[in-house]
Amino acid sequence: MRETFTKGMARNIYYGGSVFFFLVFLGLTVDTVQRLPATDNRENLTPTVTAGKYLWETNNCVGCHSLLGEGAYFAPELGNVYTRFGESTDAIKAYIQSRPAEGIPGRRSMPQFNFTDQELEEIAQFLKYSDGIKTARDWPPNIQG
Amino acid sequence: MKYETQGIAKLYFIAAIGLFVGQILFGVILGMQYVIGDFLFPEIPFNVARMVHSNLLIVWLLFGFMGAAHFLVPEESERELFSPLLAKATFWIFLAAGAATILGYLLVPYATLADMTMNHLWPTMGREFLEQPTITKIGIVVVVLAFIFNIGMTILSGRKTVISLVLITGLIGLAVFFLFAFYNPHNLVLDKMFWWYVVHLWVEGVWMLIMASLLAYVLIKVTGVDREIIEKWLYIIIALVLFSGILGTGHHFFWIGTPDYWQWIGSIFSAMEPIPFFVMVLFAFNVVNKRRREHPNKAATLWALGTAVMGFLGAGVWGFMHTLAPINFYTHGTQITAAHGHMAFYGAYVMVVLTIISYSMPIMRGQAAANAKAQVMEMWSFWLMTVSMVFITLFLTAAGILQVYLQRFSDTPLGYMVVQDKIEIFYWMRLIAGLIFLIGLIVYLVSFFVKGEEVKVVQSEAAEANA
Repeated sequence: MRETFTKGMARNIYYGGSVFFFLVFLGLTVDTVQRLPATDNRENLTPTVTAGKYLWETNNCVGCHSLLGEGAYFAPELGNVYTRFGESTDAIKAYIQSRPAEGIPGRRSMPQFNFTDQELEEIAQFLKYSDGIKTARDWPPNIQG
Repeated sequence: MKYETQGIAKLYFIAAIGLFVGQILFGVILGMQYVIGDFLFPEIPFNVARMVHSNLLIVWLLFGFMGAAHFLVPEESERELFSPLLAKATFWIFLAAGAATILGYLLVPYATLADMTMNHLWPTMGREFLEQPTITKIGIVVVVLAFIFNIGMTILSGRKTVISLVLITGLIGLAVFFLFAFYNPHNLVLDKMFWWYVVHLWVEGVWMLIMASLLAYVLIKVTGVDREIIEKWLYIIIALVLFSGILGTGHHFFWIGTPDYWQWIGSIFSAMEPIPFFVMVLFAFNVVNKRRREHPNKAATLWALGTAVMGFLGAGVWGFMHTLAPINFYTHGTQITAAHGHMAFYGAYVMVVLTIISYSMPIMRGQAAANAKAQVMEMWSFWLMTVSMVFITLFLTAAGILQVYLQRFSDTPLGYMVVQDKIEIFYWMRLIAGLIFLIGLIVYLVSFFVKGEEVKVVQSEAAEANA
């Protein structure tokens, strides 16, 4: 390696290869974005869902929960919570609404966010929309998330 | 120290270490919350503590990278920093912005922070690791650009070495890919996809260039091995990093609504991601074995070798463990991910920053190396922190395997919280390992203040050691 493989060759491989792989990645990105309409449930992306996503973000839900497996692992996966709760947005709303403000002694506790009825509807619709995204092999593996 | 302005790095390193302490304290709080669910609730809920823990990590590593750049670039470029004043200004602005953001997380509910910072004008908050208010994100961009300008001008007008060029490439990449943090579409799949253009292309892409260049720099210094040889290794390593890592992004596109072909691309390329880490181990041990000088800073050498080994284990082996799509189908979003994340960040990034601090701090304090007693203590902290991190990772892995089995793999899957109760013992053991990590960190801090006989180096060696 010392004499036959020079620093210049290593450098050229680095530059050439990196540009090549970056361009391939760019191409695949474009292709993926074009194919997304088939799976990303955009037809159900209503203003209510968008408002729900904003609530999801501004209350940092992902700081405890995961959504499609991404986020924190302190609380249940929510990408399929709509299915798990019997396809009922009312059940989701009731759960969020009933969290005690001071928590449950000794247990992991979800904060009481004091959402209005409108906000509860938005967050529930956002979770329903998320559940409608067609993930490969219908991930998660089962209803437990 | 060859150039006076290198000393500015000290500011950055002190801030980095201070924030590191904060990160670990919040890590311990999180570990407590895993076993005593309502610990500090509702004052500091889990999500807030986690945000503080992960954001402090990112910020202190950035401080570490910036400090490292300020230390090594003048020396590599054989000139003083382009603007010492700008270097100090970026430091204080970054520190103030970072501190204000962390205080914001702790003092007001997150939704209130979003309102206060007018998140609705350009919503970017509330996504993992990118929780900072939009205004903070803009501040980060400004600081990083000013910093890159300063470092870039220093390099451009001085000697250009492979190390400084790879470093600046990494830093520019860091700035460029951070811009995706400002893209937050309503469409959740698009949002998730481009979120990885920050997170993955940072830690499994451009940050690796920074890490490899820092490691190469310290190895040149402590081993005295010919620069040509080390630079060749550096090119090979970063080539392998990018060849595997760029398309390796695909391992995050398995289950988020993206096309099925990513299962193949992501599996194949990310399965190759351990290779550059393995080469890094070969590289580090090879050049240390072929060293042409006995550098008095044994601790820095230990950190450098440790970085290579732990990076390989944490990022390489623990990453590979769950990167193939058929396996990741079961492990995605479980404690396995947490186990990998902890050892990978510690091994690759925490340790490389501690390596450069270990090498440069004594020099900035007017010595070739810390005194023998201080070095022994520093090496104790190395082993305490590293071994406890191995155990944190092992306990989380055990928890993760059980979680996967009980919740996803068995014929009678159990609910999330039922499973969490069953694997509680591993969270207790992880907490104990975390407390030992904290002890290791305290030992590390103390090592800076241990007095002893100054390291004597004969003049010619001292000159060489600074070369």
